[in-house]
Amino acid sequence: MQLQFTVNERPCHVDDVWEGESLLFVLRERVGLWGSKNACEQGECGSCTVLLDGAAVCSCLVAAGQVDGRHVVTVEGLGDRSDLHPVQQAFVDAGAVQCGFCTPGLVVATADLLRRNPSPSDAEIREALAGNLCRCTGYAQILDAVRLAAAVAR
Amino acid sequence: MEFLAPTSWDEALAVKAEHPEAEVIAGGTDVMVDLNFDRRRPAMLVDLTRIADLATWQIDGSVLTIGAGVTYARIIDELSTLAPGLAIASRTVGSPQIRNRGTIGGNLGSASPAGDAHPPLLATKATVEVASARGSRSVPVEKFFTGAKRHVLAPDELIAAVTVPVAAGPQQFAKVGTRNAMVIAVTSFALALDPHAHAVGTGIGSAAPTPIRAEEAERVLAGELAAADQWEHRRPLDDHLVDHFARLSAEAAAPIDDVRGTAAYRRHALAVLARRTLSWAWSEYQRN
Ligand SMILES: Cc1cc2nc3c(=O)[nH]c(=O)nc-3n(C[C@H](O)[C@H](O)[C@H](O)COP(=O)(O)OP(=O)(O)OC[C@H]3O[C@@H](n4cnc5c(N)ncnc54)[C@H](O)[C@@H]3O)c2cc1C
Ligand code: FES
Ligand code: FES
Repeated sequence: MQLQFTVNERPCHVDDVWEGESLLFVLRERVGLWGSKNACEQGECGSCTVLLDGAAVCSCLVAAGQVDGRHVVTVEGLGDRSDLHPVQQAFVDAGAVQCGFCTPGLVVATADLLRRNPSPSDAEIREALAGNLCRCTGYAQILDAVRLAAAVAR
Repeated sequence: MEFLAPTSWDEALAVKAEHPEAEVIAGGTDVMVDLNFDRRRPAMLVDLTRIADLATWQIDGSVLTIGAGVTYARIIDELSTLAPGLAIASRTVGSPQIRNRGTIGGNLGSASPAGDAHPPLLATKATVEVASARGSRSVPVEKFFTGAKRHVLAPDELIAAVTVPVAAGPQQFAKVGTRNAMVIAVTSFALALDPHAHAVGTGIGSAAPTPIRAEEAERVLAGELAAADQWEHRRPLDDHLVDHFARLSAEAAAPIDDVRGTAAYRRHALAVLARRTLSWAWSEYQRN
């Protein structure tokens, strides 16, 4: 099947999509956006988190055809190397990145949290990031990064 | 595989009538896991997310109708006063990402004994509105589940909505799991008090092949509350009554040993959850 949707504010057209594949597969293997990571393919780890029409979702659980005509924002759409998003900068500054595999998903989830709730409590941060696993950091620096990003935005 | 995305309910029913074997997909949080792991390979996938009507809710008098396509995130944001038990249960589902996609219709469609929407629906005597091109029918939620991951839907039928009475009193839900987020319930318990009807409703998850009610516990508690004129007086509940309710709730279950917990643990936990939810709900009733 063919798909036409918007990725990071750019129109995107892809051909020869298999109907059963996920948005994550489309992004990584067909569009060439490798920021969203594939770790579990079952919604457990959050490393594939993107914004679909503004809502944080696991792109591994969205069927390709479901995004036709919709708007997707991936970590690449938040900022790039020359112009980091404040959440990305906070992750760097707080040392919240080790192997980095979980980082794109956490950055998208954090950006989504801070847009909805600019001054989250620690409990609210934990709740908002409950669907994002990190096997390296032990989460302490990740929480620091979220607090830092919130403080900088204020 | 074919992919269809009907934009109206009638169109979806027509597709299902013509292709009863087609798999429908709503939030995809159950379906996509199976597709990703090659556990399901349907010949046709029918996307329900383009049907705007399916993702709406409305009130008619004292009846709340929640479309099958309404997500947990919206239940939490929009229905926490109208359907508080369901909203509390929705908060315990997965993660924000899962709650943004997962729907109440998909939870019923999967019919897992651990589905978190099910206990509050049982406690409030919800009705599942089922439709096909042949017509529609209303199924009491208690009759909806026929076994683990099985339900009464015919191959050409879809879930249109669930209806519940607008909450007339306190409702509670509690769930036991290994973490405070992202867990399938080891067991769960929902309670609904209806001070107008002098009725007590319960729902138990993950402790029998299907979600079930604790009918004897409901009957005994409702009887004792009425006998002591408690709906009127709102005095503290007698400890023996709370214990009795907890014991009867645990006895209603038919749990098994599995990877998530033993039968004995589930029974114990159920008594604890029944006691807690009753205490919370009664305190709320006393305050108001
Ligand atoms: C990481 C993760 C965590 C989870 N945590 C929880 C949890 O804590 N509690 C919980 O209860 N569940 C949980 N789930 C399971 C799942 O999110 C829920 O069951 C959810 O409600 C499914 O809804 P959906 O819209 O995504 O369904 P889908 O995956 O789209 O569909 C599920 C099933 O229902 C059928 N279906 C969907 N809509 C209809 C309809 N209108 N009529 C007829 N059939 C229909 C589909 O054909 C399919 O068989 C979790 C899943 C994941 C991946
Ligand atoms: S890859 Fe999607 S949640 Fe893990
Ligand atoms: S930094 Fe390695 S998984 Fe989080």
